[in-house]
Amino acid sequence: MTEQTTAVRFEHVDKWFGQLHVLQDINLEVARGERIVICGPSGSGKSTLIRCCNGLEPYQRGRIVVNGIELTENRRTVEQVRRQVGMVFQQFNLFPHLTVLENCTLAPIWVRKMPRAEAEELAMEYLRRVRIPDKAHSYPGQLSGGQQQRVAIARALCMQPRIMLFDEPTSALDPEMISEVLDAMVELAESGMTMLCVTHEMGFAREVADRIVFMDGGRIVEQSPTAQFFAAPQTERARQFLGQILAR
Amino acid sequence: MRVPERTAAVLAWARRNLFSSPLNALLTLLGLWLLWLVVPPLLQWLWLQADFVGSSREDCRGDGACWVFVRVHLDQFLYGFYPPAERWRVNLGIALLLVPALPLLIPPLRRFRRVWLLALLAYPPVAWWLFHGGLGLSVVDTGLWGGLFLTLVIAATGMAAALPLGLLLALGRRSRLPVVRATATVFIEFWRGVPLITVLFMASVMLPLFLPSGLSLDKLLRALIGVALFAGAYMAEVIRGGLQGVPAGQYEAAQALGLSYWQQMRLVIVPQALRMVVPGIVNVFIALFKETSLVLIIGLFDLLGVVQAAVTNPDWLGFVLEGYVFAAAVFWAFCYGMSRISRRLERRPDMKAQEQQEMA
Ligand SMILES: Nc1ncnc2c1ncn2[C@@H]1O[C@H](COP(=O)(O)OP(=O)(O)OP(=O)(O)O)[C@@H](O)[C@H]1O
Ligand SMILES: [Mg+2]
Repeated sequence: MTEQTTAVRFEHVDKWFGQLHVLQDINLEVARGERIVICGPSGSGKSTLIRCCNGLEPYQRGRIVVNGIELTENRRTVEQVRRQVGMVFQQFNLFPHLTVLENCTLAPIWVRKMPRAEAEELAMEYLRRVRIPDKAHSYPGQLSGGQQQRVAIARALCMQPRIMLFDEPTSALDPEMISEVLDAMVELAESGMTMLCVTHEMGFAREVADRIVFMDGGRIVEQSPTAQFFAAPQTERARQFLGQILAR
Repeated sequence: MRVPERTAAVLAWARRNLFSSPLNALLTLLGLWLLWLVVPPLLQWLWLQADFVGSSREDCRGDGACWVFVRVHLDQFLYGFYPPAERWRVNLGIALLLVPALPLLIPPLRRFRRVWLLALLAYPPVAWWLFHGGLGLSVVDTGLWGGLFLTLVIAATGMAAALPLGLLLALGRRSRLPVVRATATVFIEFWRGVPLITVLFMASVMLPLFLPSGLSLDKLLRALIGVALFAGAYMAEVIRGGLQGVPAGQYEAAQALGLSYWQQMRLVIVPQALRMVVPGIVNVFIALFKETSLVLIIGLFDLLGVVQAAVTNPDWLGFVLEGYVFAAAVFWAFCYGMSRISRRLERRPDMKAQEQQEMA
C-alpha cells in the first residue's frame, strides 16, 4: 500500500506504562475506507492502541503514520493529525456546560476557523444524520445515554474527519439504547468512512467490519478478514475469546 | 368555613413538625422561650423606643437606639472625606458598574459578548478617572476616599484581580513545565501563609523602602496590590480544586477535537472548573469583603474605620452600639447579597448539567 491509500500505519510500535509493556511490536496497516474492529480481552491494550492513533497516548518505539503524517512528540503535527481524526469515547465526554449545538460547533469554529453560521448549519446536518436535530438546544445532562453518544458522534463528524476512532462506544449504554448508536455507526460505515472500532458488539463487527484485529496481552495476536475470523479463527486464544463472547 | 380549615391545617402542620415527640415538643418550647426573651427587647431597642429624627444628640431622648447618630454621619459613613460637591462622581461610578453586569441580569442580552467584554475592560479606567479626577475633573486625593465607598473599591478591586490572578496561578500550579509549576507554588504558599495584616503592613511600610527614592506609590494603591495578591493566592487554591474536579475525559475529548492547550483551557476546562467552585469563589469574596476593614491599621478609613472615628467623636460619645450595629448591618447586607447571587448561579441549567451527566 502506498501513502495515498493508507489511512493509519503502525510499524513496530512499543509502548510502556512504567514497567508495563502495554503495546508490544504492533504492526497494523489500515487502508482508506477500511473498517476495522479491534477486540480482545480486558486489559489487552485495545484502548491504548486506538488512543495512539490521535496522539492521546505517546509511544516509545516504532512509527505511527496517520494520513501520511508521522505522529511525533511535536505538538504541531499532533494537532494536525487530530484535525483529521475524530474520536468517540465510551463515556461520551460531551461538554456539559455547552448545548448540543455548541458542542458540535466548538471545534469547527475554533480549530477550523469556520464562521459560526456555517458551523451551525453543518452541525445541524450531522445532528439530523444521527436523528437528534430536535435536541440541538438541550444540554447534555438532559439527554439519555444513547442520545448523548449520538451527539458525540455528530460532534466528531463536524470536524469532517478522514478517520473515525471508536473506543467501546456502546459499553456504557443500557441495552435498549445500544442499537440506536450502532445504527448511526453502520450508516457512517456505509458512507465510506475509515473506521477503527474497539467493540464487543460482534453483530456489528460481522455486519460492517472488513477486518478483525484480535489483541491479547499487548500484542496483535490475529488479524483476518471478518468472515474468516468468525468462521475459522487462526489462534486458540481467539477461538476461546469468541466462544466466550458469543455464548453471552 | 375557610378560616377554621386553615387553622386546622396549621395545627396539623405544627403537630407533625414541632410536636411530633416529647423531646421535639420540649425543644420547640425552649426555642419559643428564647425568642420571647430576645426578640421583644431587641425590637424595643432597634425600633419602638429608638429615635430617628433630629440633628444632635439632644434629640435622642428615648431608651432605644439613637439612629440620629447614624443619620447625621451617614454621608461620612458612605463617602468618608470625599468632597461633598464631587460625590456625584462616586455615585455615577458605582452606578456604571451596572453596565457590564447587564447580561447577568437580562439573559437575552448575553449574545452581544464583545460589547460586554469591552464594557468590562473599559470600566476600571473610567471608574478611576471618575473617582480620582484629572482630564477636566478636579483631582480628589485617595487620602480623602473613605467609608463604604472605600470598602467597595478595595473589595471590588481585590475580587476583580483575584479571579484572573488565581486562575493563572492555578493553571501554573498544574503546568507540566517545572519552572512554571514551582513559581506558582511558591507564590501561592507564600501569600497564603502570611496574615493579611502583615501583607498590608509590608505594603505600607516596607514597600517604600525598596522603591527608588523619587518614586512613591499611592498608599491606597499599595494596599490594593497587597489585597489583590493575597486574594489571588486564596482564589488559586479554590480554582485548582475545580480544575482537579473536571474529569479526565473532558481533557481528552477537547484534545481529540484538535483544540490547542489554551483553547482547551478557555473553552472546555476552565468554564467547568469555575462552575464547580462557585460557592468556594463566593466564599473567598465574602471573606475578602469583610477583611477589607483591616486597612484601618495602615491609616485608610473604610466603612468600619469611619464608624470607629465617629463613635470616638467627643460630640457624639456613647453611641458605640449604634455605630457598630449599622456597620454590621451594611456588611451583612452585602455578604448576604453575594451569597444569594451564588445560589442563583448554581441553579442555572447549564451549571447543573455537570452532575446530571455524571449520573447518566
Ligand atoms: N494511564 C495508565 N497508566 C498505567 N497503566 C495503564 C494506563 N492505562 C491503561 N493501563 C494499563 O494498560 C493495560 C491496557 O489497558 P487498555 O485500557 O488499553 O486495555 P483495554 O484492552 O482497552 O481493556 P478494556 O477492555 O478493559 O477497556 C491495562 O493493564 C491497564 O491497566
Ligand atoms: Mg478500553
